[in-house]
Amino acid sequence: MIVLDVDVEKKLGTFSVAARFQASAGVTALFGPSGAGKTTIVNMIAGLVTPDTGAIALDKTVMFDAAAKINLPPYRRGIGYVFQEGRLFPHLSVRQNLDYGRRMSGRPRDADEFARIVTLLDIGQLLDRRPRLLSGGERQRIAIGRALLMRPRLLLLDEPLASLDAGHKREILPHLIRLRDDSNVPMVYVSHTAAELRQIATKVVRLEAGRVTAVGDLDLLKSADAYWPE
Amino acid sequence: MFGLSPAEWTAVELSLRIAMVATAVALPFGVAVGWVLARKEFWGKALLDGIVYLPLVLPPVVTGYLLLISFGRRGPIGAFLADYFGIVLSFRWTGAALSCGVMGFPLMVRPIRLALEAIDRRLEEAGGTLGASPALVFLTITFPLALPGIIAGAVLCFARALGEFGATITFVSNIPGETQTISAAIYSLLQVPDGDAAAGRLVIIAIIIALAALIASEWFARRAGMRFQGE
Repeated sequence: MIVLDVDVEKKLGTFSVAARFQASAGVTALFGPSGAGKTTIVNMIAGLVTPDTGAIALDKTVMFDAAAKINLPPYRRGIGYVFQEGRLFPHLSVRQNLDYGRRMSGRPRDADEFARIVTLLDIGQLLDRRPRLLSGGERQRIAIGRALLMRPRLLLLDEPLASLDAGHKREILPHLIRLRDDSNVPMVYVSHTAAELRQIATKVVRLEAGRVTAVGDLDLLKSADAYWPE
Repeated sequence: MFGLSPAEWTAVELSLRIAMVATAVALPFGVAVGWVLARKEFWGKALLDGIVYLPLVLPPVVTGYLLLISFGRRGPIGAFLADYFGIVLSFRWTGAALSCGVMGFPLMVRPIRLALEAIDRRLEEAGGTLGASPALVFLTITFPLALPGIIAGAVLCFARALGEFGATITFVSNIPGETQTISAAIYSLLQVPDGDAAAGRLVIIAIIIALAALIASEWFARRAGMRFQGE
């Protein structure tokens, strides 16, 4: 079943992105070298960048449609976003960061859900700390938890491991795999690293110079190793 | 305490009241103008920038005179306020608060603007993806992150308001019990032969208030800043 339907174009100076793909349940990888337009595409899905033309729909809800002049602002899209650099709020504790999405939506507290995510990401001992004092891997786990606790209809992950060293990458990946297997939140996962995607992706969209060059399963990653080694 | 006469106490109390009201009323405008200058690009921005900083470079007497001809009883704004709202500013302590607020405004806007410019906009984007509307993003992310700058701006405005003399005396004169602040009282005392002792007492009070405001601002700014550093 198709969850996300993207067909957009965006011109950025001399560079342009023209992407058309669909994502279903599971983890859809946006795979390509740096500068292929991966981040621009997820920013368009999140509503942080407005496409020039085209449309984006999530579960039949139109998020963006240039022809119909529909453009939901990010806060009305219900799409979680894990940024490459975490972007935790420095003035809030870890607990408050995790709780932010719930507070903004005005939902009542759900202790079970909170405990489930905290256990899933193994961040119980960090709750009263400040983001500044956390390691890169810890910060990224909090960012994932924060995005999950807003109850996203879709989760975008933009190179969530790129800023981490090898040890911390190994620390995060199992959590993401568990998330893929245990929760039913569809994910769009941006990466330029084939080895990482081989562990997590269920579908691959290959991007080059702003264009989708192939859509398929994990086999696409095999042939790509030569082009984008780790 | 300090051997102050009732009249001198009145000047102290009036100074504090005027400075506090001036700061409190100026603050929302200061945050709004600081935000516009930090975030928006529009035609005439340089002009707004210039107008905001004008009281800092104009002779205070000129600012006071401009307030008098616009906010005085017969001035266009003064007449309007008096006729429709019954608000009279000229020769009242409220007018002193206005002139002090105007004089302190550029000092207030500058640190607020700098603090807003220093905020990582990507944090605000993150707030949006977590379901916060622009107003909530401002309240929960922008405002708290800019708080040290906002406090600094408020304290600078308060200090400037406390010491304001030229614009205030031009606009609302020097009426004991109504518009005579510490500065104006010291000035008056120095005009009479035996006023030195009383002036000296008010000078000491002025120093104490200024030091207290500085220490308080330091404490607030540290508390606000501490929250980013960890426990």
